[in-house]
Amino acid sequence: MRPLSYRRAAEIGEAVATVSTEPTSAFLAGGTTEVDLVRLGVARHDLLVDINDLPLADIENLPGGGLRIGALARMNDVARAAQVVEMYPGIAQALLLGASEQLRNMATMGGNLCQRVRCAYFRDNVSPCNKREPGTGCSALDGQNRGHAILGTSEHCIATHPSDVAVALVAFDAVVHTIGPSGARIIPIENFYLLPGRTPHIEHPLEHGELIVAIEVPPLPVARGSLYLKFRDRQSYEFALVSVLSALLVQDGRITEVRLALGGVGTTPWRARRAEAQLVGAPATAGSFAAAAAAELDAAVLHEHNAFKQELAQRAIVRGLDQAMVSAVHGGAR
Amino acid sequence: MSSAIGSPIDRVDGPQKVTGAARYTAEIVLPHMTYAAVVAATVASGRVAVIDTGRARGAEGVLAILTHEDLPKLAEPHLLPSLAGAAAPGQSFFPMQKDVVHYAGQPVALVVADSHERAQYAASLVEVTYERAPSITTIDEGRDAAYEAERLFGGLLPARDERGDVDTAMAEAEVRVDVAYRFAANHHNAIEPAATTAVWDDGRLTIYDSTQGIRASQLTVAQLLGMPLSDVRVITHFVGGGFGSKAMVWPHVTLAALAARHVGRPVKLSLTRQQMFTSAGHREEQEQQLAIGATRDGRLTAMHHEKLSITSPFDDWAEPATGVSSQLYACPNYRGEHRLVRGNTMTPTFTRGPGEAVGVFVLETAMDELAHELGIDPLELRVRNHAAVDGHGNPWSSDGLEECLRHGAELFGWAGRNPVPRSRRDGDWLIGTGMAAAAYPVPLFMPTQRARARLYADGSAVVQAGTQEFGTGVLTAMTQVAADGLGLPLGSVRFEAGDTDLPNVSSAVGSAGAGMISAAVHAAATALRDQLVATAVADADSPLHGADPATIEVREGRITQREYPGVGETYGELMQRNRLADAEAPGSWTPPPLDTPHGLLTFGAQFAEVAVDPEIGLVRARRMVGVFAPGRVLNPKTARSQLVGGMLWGLGQALLEGNRMDPRHGRWGATSLGEYLVPVNADAPEVTVDFVELTDTVVNPLGVKGVGEIGQVGVAAAIGNAVFHATGRRVRELPMAAELVMD
Amino acid sequence: MPAWAVQLIAHHVRPKIMHNDQFVATAPPDRPPLTSGPSSLPVALTVNGSTHVVDLEPRVSLLDALREHLDLTGSKKGCDQGTCGACTVWVDGRRVLACLSLAVTCEGRSVTTIEGLAAGEELHPMQRAFIECDAFQCGYCTAGQIMSAVALLEEGNATTDAEIAESMSGNICRCAAYPNIRAAIREVRDAGEGGHRATA
Repeated sequence: MRPLSYRRAAEIGEAVATVSTEPTSAFLAGGTTEVDLVRLGVARHDLLVDINDLPLADIENLPGGGLRIGALARMNDVARAAQVVEMYPGIAQALLLGASEQLRNMATMGGNLCQRVRCAYFRDNVSPCNKREPGTGCSALDGQNRGHAILGTSEHCIATHPSDVAVALVAFDAVVHTIGPSGARIIPIENFYLLPGRTPHIEHPLEHGELIVAIEVPPLPVARGSLYLKFRDRQSYEFALVSVLSALLVQDGRITEVRLALGGVGTTPWRARRAEAQLVGAPATAGSFAAAAAAELDAAVLHEHNAFKQELAQRAIVRGLDQAMVSAVHGGAR
Repeated sequence: MSSAIGSPIDRVDGPQKVTGAARYTAEIVLPHMTYAAVVAATVASGRVAVIDTGRARGAEGVLAILTHEDLPKLAEPHLLPSLAGAAAPGQSFFPMQKDVVHYAGQPVALVVADSHERAQYAASLVEVTYERAPSITTIDEGRDAAYEAERLFGGLLPARDERGDVDTAMAEAEVRVDVAYRFAANHHNAIEPAATTAVWDDGRLTIYDSTQGIRASQLTVAQLLGMPLSDVRVITHFVGGGFGSKAMVWPHVTLAALAARHVGRPVKLSLTRQQMFTSAGHREEQEQQLAIGATRDGRLTAMHHEKLSITSPFDDWAEPATGVSSQLYACPNYRGEHRLVRGNTMTPTFTRGPGEAVGVFVLETAMDELAHELGIDPLELRVRNHAAVDGHGNPWSSDGLEECLRHGAELFGWAGRNPVPRSRRDGDWLIGTGMAAAAYPVPLFMPTQRARARLYADGSAVVQAGTQEFGTGVLTAMTQVAADGLGLPLGSVRFEAGDTDLPNVSSAVGSAGAGMISAAVHAAATALRDQLVATAVADADSPLHGADPATIEVREGRITQREYPGVGETYGELMQRNRLADAEAPGSWTPPPLDTPHGLLTFGAQFAEVAVDPEIGLVRARRMVGVFAPGRVLNPKTARSQLVGGMLWGLGQALLEGNRMDPRHGRWGATSLGEYLVPVNADAPEVTVDFVELTDTVVNPLGVKGVGEIGQVGVAAAIGNAVFHATGRRVRELPMAAELVMD
Repeated sequence: MPAWAVQLIAHHVRPKIMHNDQFVATAPPDRPPLTSGPSSLPVALTVNGSTHVVDLEPRVSLLDALREHLDLTGSKKGCDQGTCGACTVWVDGRRVLACLSLAVTCEGRSVTTIEGLAAGEELHPMQRAFIECDAFQCGYCTAGQIMSAVALLEEGNATTDAEIAESMSGNICRCAAYPNIRAAIREVRDAGEGGHRATA
């Protein structure tokens, strides 16, 4: 591992000031991504600023409803917080399915949003990779791409975003609060994830030194019946082949509100907006679900080893919506 | 008579392992320790054009950097399986002797520094410029240049096995099944990465090595360095799993020794997890085809079993795939063949159930297809065809297959199974059951095995043999064997291993460990017992004076007349009276000749129930049952654990484990445990294991046939057959990934 | 009282401080603000109730600090990248991966390793159950399994076998002793002697 300098920050301002003035520095929270990637040589930071002492770990109900989750709240603490389980079960489920107990005790919510892709070519520190070494090419396009994305890809990068909880957060229109060298700002979570396009090395609209301090999830009745399904080769401790966050509001047999997002198939945590648009107002039937799923995956760009995910993702969506019907918030005569 | 053998006693090393006190190789503390890190080639073929070590040499704490330019020249390595008892390099190529690169991951430089972190970092600063040559790393790339191998396993085995007239019999068969299968490569991934610590003292070398055979490490390093064996000592107390990856001696062991000599301090070389994918062999990518001809009433008339696999540029290595298919079932016309593609990988190696984990998958999947085709119960088809003799007409040393099948069927609840595929559903899941026969060859090509027993006048004993504990429970089982041989209570016996200065035994590989080591330990212990019995009957002051030794037995440290247990004395009384502070005896065992007129297979039966989500393509094992006939079971508790582990290896083989080369770069696609998927706790169902006890008087004195491999063999077929039963879909590729299973 | 119980209260009472296993006079503050590196610096690590001051580069992981600097080799290195769980230890009573933790970040926290689990010669009930149930073979993942298993009972999520299996899935056992590991956890759970405080 490369030599590292270390600074333990006592205040947010100090942490932001330190990282923003040191070009090869980074924040260190749970370390589950950062320490791994520095050891691999993929992350080339010289200074890590330890932010674990900052008072950013609280999970609070917001006055107008909704939840504010501190950036340093650990995955396990959020997953088991009563208000999360009650108001946003899909978040809790996604967190619990997202990593081992040990990792969930370490990894923070802010760090989770910023975790890096698991593409083997990115991680091997040798193969051409536009994300790691811009301009060198994408080895996955014509390589081993079973785990790679089919939505939101570009010819420069097809790496899948690995987060589970971010899938739930994009479905619920969470917002990301940051403090950076230019002050505080609020970023809607969908804007927080940038498609790879021509610049796959730029994953977030964050300035260097800009720190995530909290994630806010708005009040959302539909989320009370939300559900996160994750399909993977192994029963546990693996990233998704495909995952689905689904939540429905149904009135008189028709869908009045739906939240649908996908993991494992997108270069970002994928809000299935096409499917959602088609579902709102439609009868809550298998036919509607299948048609919406087909519409969403119509845009898929397939490669040699991941082509099966187009069909797989559709089936997963239908499964997710089917199961969400059980827990859906129903109104009117059923 | 035996009291300790066959008892399910707890592991003698349990307390050390559960408290963290057990020291593994990388945990040996030596003064002035230094740390080595390997720089591995990133190209699969070509040469090192320039190797710039300037930046690395300037890094803090760096003590030395060795490359092909300054590494001493070594003797030529020649691959031979370690069980044979000679030098056992894993491949006939030693890196860093020239500038040539034969495979990605091949060591091109070794960095030694004063800390682990500094060595690793300096290794990353070594800048290597390669002249890249075209590479072949997949079967597809080399298919056109495939050739038929003459011999396998370092020349030990013929690559072709033929009897009768296969082509005619196949053409005339009433029913034929002819299917091709593909297999991704497998990696052992023992949780302890390979590690070696080397230290020199006055021209003598001591190596602490993570190995399945300390003797093999000693022989190999001595041969490569041109040193007398007496100057090379290898010590290994605990090994964190082997599964074949530590059965042969790989270059890092000798590199550690060379580095330690170079810096004049102890060197600890631990390979990284990533490096383990290219440093200790693997199960090769392969394809197999099996054609079976049979009569309508389910008698096999012809079999043709072919394997095509990829090997290294320097060795004709293939797991022999036909050791079971050639003899498990009576079939007059048989042909087995192995074809090879030379590629740019390291030489593949033994991986749990070598050869037969895959070969029996093919055989037992084809048998299931045949049973389905004929409408015969799969279990009955096996029983109907099981051979009474091996391929040479020799009777089995011991059998037990039918008993395993029947008993397993009973435990599993096989009777009354509706054979119609897709006939059971549980919510989103289709449920299916499947079975397979299992068999694994008993190898006997080891040299003479030795042990030593010493009894002190206080009645306690130390029994020694130079084996090593890597999870098999050998320390426990040999304590039991020694206690029974000496007639002592378990608590009075300590079994010592892990040092080549002790009497030597061969590497514990191929399920041979328990049989051959117990033979030597039993010989030593009983020799010592007999020696003391002889002393007693010759001693005028002994109550046993003048007795016929054949009428005497020893129990709980007391020597008595069998018919008159009141007549006798303890070892201690005898020894103290005879001024014997201690007594000692060596013991040895020479295996039966290679042409021993017996069929040598260990048999078993595997059953599995799976749930398949046909929309998503996921397969989950719900329960597994295995029944085995491994001869005498020294310790049913540890044996059962080993068999359960083997069965879950079979589950991983069937459903999860596979690695593929990226032919553009000639590098493995998966180089971590996040990418190469081994089963986790949630993948493992409850597993039932039982034994069919039988006596084998041929294989070794205690009749132990071993449990290391047989647990895995047949599992993948049972699971695949269950997937077929659940879905109607026959998956002919391992692992059975979701995209292959989904409707 | 076993070592891990001592360490739970140690940093509230003024720990005994050792510098390279020598006693020194005063304790450092719990988590002093500091900037340091890349060269080594004295780091105070409280492990199994004892505080050790060791010179460490900031890049040194907690796992390497334990294994290479404190000679606590019970915690194992299986992958060094968070994919196997062999390095599982407790930091402030929670199970974490020592390979992905930098040692310097653990200053002022209580680290418990497998060496701190037994109360002297008396094994923790989970250690006994692992032996009785033969819940290991090679033993290399065992420390991590046991540290996870004891934490699991403390966390209270071991009601069903499925829960146990899921919660133990971050600890890979390549010998695949999984059914026996579950049996050991059930045994301790059913005897009501699990958790951190079982033998206190």
